[in-house]
Amino acid sequence: MEVPILKQGAVLIATFQAALSDADLNQLRMGLVQQVVKFRSRAVIVDVTAMDVMDSFASRTLREIAHMIRLRGAETVIVGIQPEVAFAMVQLGLTLEGVATALDLEEGLAYLNEKFKTTN
Amino acid sequence: MAKRDGTPEPKQAEEPSELLRELVAHLRQNRTQLREEWVVRITEARLLTAMTKEEIFAEATSVYDSYVEALETETFEALQAYARNLSERIIPRGVETHEVVGIVLLLRDVLARSLFAKYQNDFKKLNRILDAYEPAANRIANTVAVGFVQERERVIRQQQEAIRELSTPVLQVRERLLILPIIGVIDPQRARQLTEQLLRGIRTNRAKVVVIDITGVAAMDVTVANHLVQTVEASRLLGATVIVTGLSPEIAQTLVTIGVDLGKMNTVGDLQGGIEQAERLLGYKVETLAEPR
Repeated sequence: MEVPILKQGAVLIATFQAALSDADLNQLRMGLVQQVVKFRSRAVIVDVTAMDVMDSFASRTLREIAHMIRLRGAETVIVGIQPEVAFAMVQLGLTLEGVATALDLEEGLAYLNEKFKTTN
Repeated sequence: MAKRDGTPEPKQAEEPSELLRELVAHLRQNRTQLREEWVVRITEARLLTAMTKEEIFAEATSVYDSYVEALETETFEALQAYARNLSERIIPRGVETHEVVGIVLLLRDVLARSLFAKYQNDFKKLNRILDAYEPAANRIANTVAVGFVQERERVIRQQQEAIRELSTPVLQVRERLLILPIIGVIDPQRARQLTEQLLRGIRTNRAKVVVIDITGVAAMDVTVANHLVQTVEASRLLGATVIVTGLSPEIAQTLVTIGVDLGKMNTVGDLQGGIEQAERLLGYKVETLAEPR
């Protein structure tokens, strides 16, 4: 199942579905990294609200996406991590260090708008 | 010496169940007298002081009957149920474990004495009767005591549950600002529950900043300290910043000694300072409009 990437102004938005295979994740990573420069986007929001389980591969992929996006000159915000998932991730040591997080899509957009304002 | 193990001579011996029947018949016959004697002994021993004389007598009657019935049928389910029921009634009145064990042992003693008196001229028979009586009586005492302790433990568990529920409130003090005051001892179970409540609270209140106040926590071990760090990290994954306030000198010392990584923790001296910093993070500005009257 391919993850659609939506463009909203200067932001790209990718929404995870509940069951994503490792191949889907790899494809998403490539898609995001390519499109972020193609659309001259300033930021990427990855919405994981639908994921009630986050394995180490998904978590690592998220971190890799964030770091690659930064190398491509944009910022990543992960939004919608469920409380149970958050604690499970922390217990596994998957803390997404250096990656911005927000409660949900709305919060993520608000965070980025604030950030764009100060950097302009 | 081999014959001294208490088993009766096979030739003239009655079956143990027959002996028990004889025993039960004896206990039924002398019910009134033995029961009264038992109640007197209970009062003399100053047991069940929380109950009135009438209550003791009423309970003694039913215990006596259940006791004899358990001896007769050699099944303990009914007695067990009765013991649990009795415990449920008397635990709230402050009856202690030693009292319950005490009265059952007293009854055992009263009945044994009556057996001694009855069979004092036939030593062999007395021996066999006691062989039949003792194991059953021991099991009864055991059943009642265990039933009581189990019921007590159930009550304690229930109360712990209630305390736990009440002791970890997640409070919203401003739009998007939560406070989690922690008071008392944190064990791993409570720590886990605390985290769950906090994370759920962050989601439902859409909090951006959380102040965890641990002024009321006297001590903290490695497990709990690590759990606190994990809670801070998990909150960040939900997009909330955590400020920890009120670390006592002892806890600060412990955390430094055990080498917990505090780099990710945002700490402020007291709760007021924590709330002030949270307000700054959220963009609030608190102003005094007039001098306090």
